[in-house]
Amino acid sequence: MKLIFERGKEGQHCTLLPDCDVPVAELEAPKREQPLHLPHVSENELSRHYTELAGQVHGVNNGFYPLGSCTMKYNPKVNEKAASLPGFTDIHPLQPEHTVQGCLEVLKKSEELLCEITGMDAMTMQPAAGAHGEFTGLLLIKSYHDSRKDTKRRKIIVPDSAHGTNPASAAMMGYEVVSIPSGADGCVDLDALREAVGEDTAGLMLTNPNTVGLFDKNILAITTIVHDAGGLAYYDGANLNAVMGIARPGDMGFDVVHLNLHKTFSTPHGGGGPGSGPVGCKAFLKDFLPGGAHCIGRVKAFYGNFLVVVRALTYLLTLGKEGIPEASRNAVLNANYMMHKLRDIYPMAYDETCMHEFVMTLEKMKHEIDVSAMDIAKALLDYGIHPPTMYFPLIVHEALMVEPTETESRETLDEVIQVFREIYAKAKENPQAMHEAPAGTYVRRPDEVRAARKPVLRYHFSEVQ
Amino acid sequence: MGAYLPNTKQVQQEMLKEIGAGSFDELFAHIPEEVRLKELKLPAGLCEMEAFNRMEDIAEKNRRFKHIFRGAGAYNHYIPAIVGSVTGKEEFVTAYTPYQAEISQGILQSIFEYQTMICELTGMDVSNASVYDGATAAAEAVAMCRDRRREVAYVSATTNPQVIEVIRTYCYASNTRMELIPEGDGVTDMEALKTALDGSSACFYLQQPNFYGILEDAEALGAIVHEAGAKFIMGCNPIALAVMKTPAECGADIAVGEGQPLGLPLAFGGPYLGFMTATAKMARKLPGRIVGETVDRDGKRAYVLTLQAREQHIRREKASSNICSNQALCALTAAVYLSAMGAEGMKQAASLCISKAHYLAGELQKSGLRLKYSHPYFHEFVTVSEGKAEEILTALERQGILGGLMLDKNEILWCATEKNTKSEMDEVAAIVKEVCGA
Repeated sequence: MKLIFERGKEGQHCTLLPDCDVPVAELEAPKREQPLHLPHVSENELSRHYTELAGQVHGVNNGFYPLGSCTMKYNPKVNEKAASLPGFTDIHPLQPEHTVQGCLEVLKKSEELLCEITGMDAMTMQPAAGAHGEFTGLLLIKSYHDSRKDTKRRKIIVPDSAHGTNPASAAMMGYEVVSIPSGADGCVDLDALREAVGEDTAGLMLTNPNTVGLFDKNILAITTIVHDAGGLAYYDGANLNAVMGIARPGDMGFDVVHLNLHKTFSTPHGGGGPGSGPVGCKAFLKDFLPGGAHCIGRVKAFYGNFLVVVRALTYLLTLGKEGIPEASRNAVLNANYMMHKLRDIYPMAYDETCMHEFVMTLEKMKHEIDVSAMDIAKALLDYGIHPPTMYFPLIVHEALMVEPTETESRETLDEVIQVFREIYAKAKENPQAMHEAPAGTYVRRPDEVRAARKPVLRYHFSEVQ
Repeated sequence: MGAYLPNTKQVQQEMLKEIGAGSFDELFAHIPEEVRLKELKLPAGLCEMEAFNRMEDIAEKNRRFKHIFRGAGAYNHYIPAIVGSVTGKEEFVTAYTPYQAEISQGILQSIFEYQTMICELTGMDVSNASVYDGATAAAEAVAMCRDRRREVAYVSATTNPQVIEVIRTYCYASNTRMELIPEGDGVTDMEALKTALDGSSACFYLQQPNFYGILEDAEALGAIVHEAGAKFIMGCNPIALAVMKTPAECGADIAVGEGQPLGLPLAFGGPYLGFMTATAKMARKLPGRIVGETVDRDGKRAYVLTLQAREQHIRREKASSNICSNQALCALTAAVYLSAMGAEGMKQAASLCISKAHYLAGELQKSGLRLKYSHPYFHEFVTVSEGKAEEILTALERQGILGGLMLDKNEILWCATEKNTKSEMDEVAAIVKEVCGA
């Protein structure tokens, strides 16, 4: 595909802005001397360029997308329609309060509904994504300890199965990260946790169900151990889609949670964002939230990714009391159905009833016939299927993490199961050929090492001019 | 009502049976009884029509202003029709982060093009794929400059107060000291900056144009910063970048900004776009996704996420930032906007902003307001009245006009863009004149 800079020619442009209807004023400050190269294309070329690019993108709308931990469910169109209402899009964030009552209602209503789902007492919509929510949630924890002059609490405990954002967020706070090993069952090792906590524990960050797709049955014991040591318990909401309306982080003993509206609450991922990562907390932490009496401070300008919240609210109103748990039940059913029909040939890292996702381990295959998780993932591309999350969690070797979500039909699951079985048969028959996959995609296994060693991070105009 | 489930109740039961589960409850048997929720207290679900009507009712409780003269971090620019048409494409909307390069070339290439355009605008060497907004971009930029020896961050008091707040929050988090460099007459106090900086200074952040719309002497400030061995960060308005001296020309080590003016609606403050660039020397300290060019197995040009050794999923607690999701669709929006505008269109927009703002300032002066500062400005400026600020804004509001932002009982921060016509500015001036009785 041509780059936009390789299309059109000098002088071509769209006609967008009017002539100046007031006397022309000149910039009185120093002007730029650097040339400014931007595309020079007609509107037709511009439109076709992006249509061509869109043809080389696999979205949820293009096909199955079982990217574990990312909850790639269908993005309802009515949410988009609500988010494009001019009554939302044309509102300046610094308008007088009496003129933005609708926007404030969106924020308030979303807070109410999400607090009920999570068992929290208050929530901020300011964080723009999950990791931003983690940062905000940890700020709450830090501020809480600081407010009690309990400044020796410098450590955050994170299981070794955690998302990379957890330790990275803790490090942004200047916290020391204590990684605790998971038990043989994939869950928190209570003895290891007891060993790790102490007077220096600021808190524990945990995903539940965890990243191997299991609900930690010791959850109450876990949060109690942390609380008894004087720490706070932080819930990473990445996997909330398994337990909405069934179990609440607040009832599990968590003090702070973040949600991913772009996962659990059906707002689209946009090729990497914008998301939204609201942070909820129990009443004793409420004053530390942005806007509160002991506010942790603003984490973002204005009110967060507002239009994303509009989409999530539309979804919440649509699903309501019955739909919310129904979504989770079916997410769990679909995952178990797929796991059940694949477990005879693909070894599962933890072969028991899973929640909304499951993790396969291809260690044996890798060892025996040198076919890796990567090879299987790349083979799926030829079938129009987005591969599962690869090589995560780190505690499982040759991991493929599959999260089908509730919005896939049995027919789709059956087709995909068939594909997985076919790929397995091919791998057994001709392992060597697996390294060649994919065969039919636009590009094939781009050279990532070269990209990192000799970074080319922009187009250089001088090359052609 | 409903949860977008394709499987009927009957199919669900068949599936349960097939996996050997008697009921849904069995699937959740691991969850201890004590933490099972008895009742979810939510309202009953709505059908699509009802849900949309409800949202429409809520939206109608907002007041949309016909004419907007308020900026202060969110700007009312014309959004070309092509922008929404491209960014509404379902492939772009519904994809995740492009981890699988083979089926994500469209997104990866669009980010590579975005990075190129942002480098062009700022004149800087390297751009990332975006961060949450201009304020978090500023805070992340400060974090890039800190090291064991240099741990005090300086920020000009002429910066947007919300940006200052976010930098302050991030600095509190990382135990970094943040100090404001005071202003004098609406610009950064150079002498104060000189005095403040020493061997423990990490960086100095300057907003250009600053919160009052004034174009500061960035080059001179940058020279002072470098003299002390600290890093110079500039937070720039992207429309102004089309005409003003670029951060690269001013010697900036890092240039960031709020990308909302590049085709994103006001939308009550978000989603917006934080753009972030640096010199080649600092590239490996940039947070977030970066797309690079390479070749595939057959030697064909291809794009991938690169320099991932900086990132959280590889480096965990040693990562340059925790950022994962960014504002990709907003970055795409900016790229389409910049492509539609082209260099000439961007210069035209900037020129219209300058001309309109200067016309409005002139008319407001005739109506009885005084300009607070005499420095050169881009599309925002501050007026002074005798305690009339609130009265002026209320009078404008009555006519469907959102006036400038009230700074105190005397002062208003105005903004004009290419969207404001002469006739509406004349209307504003007439209303102001009436209030001021001039």
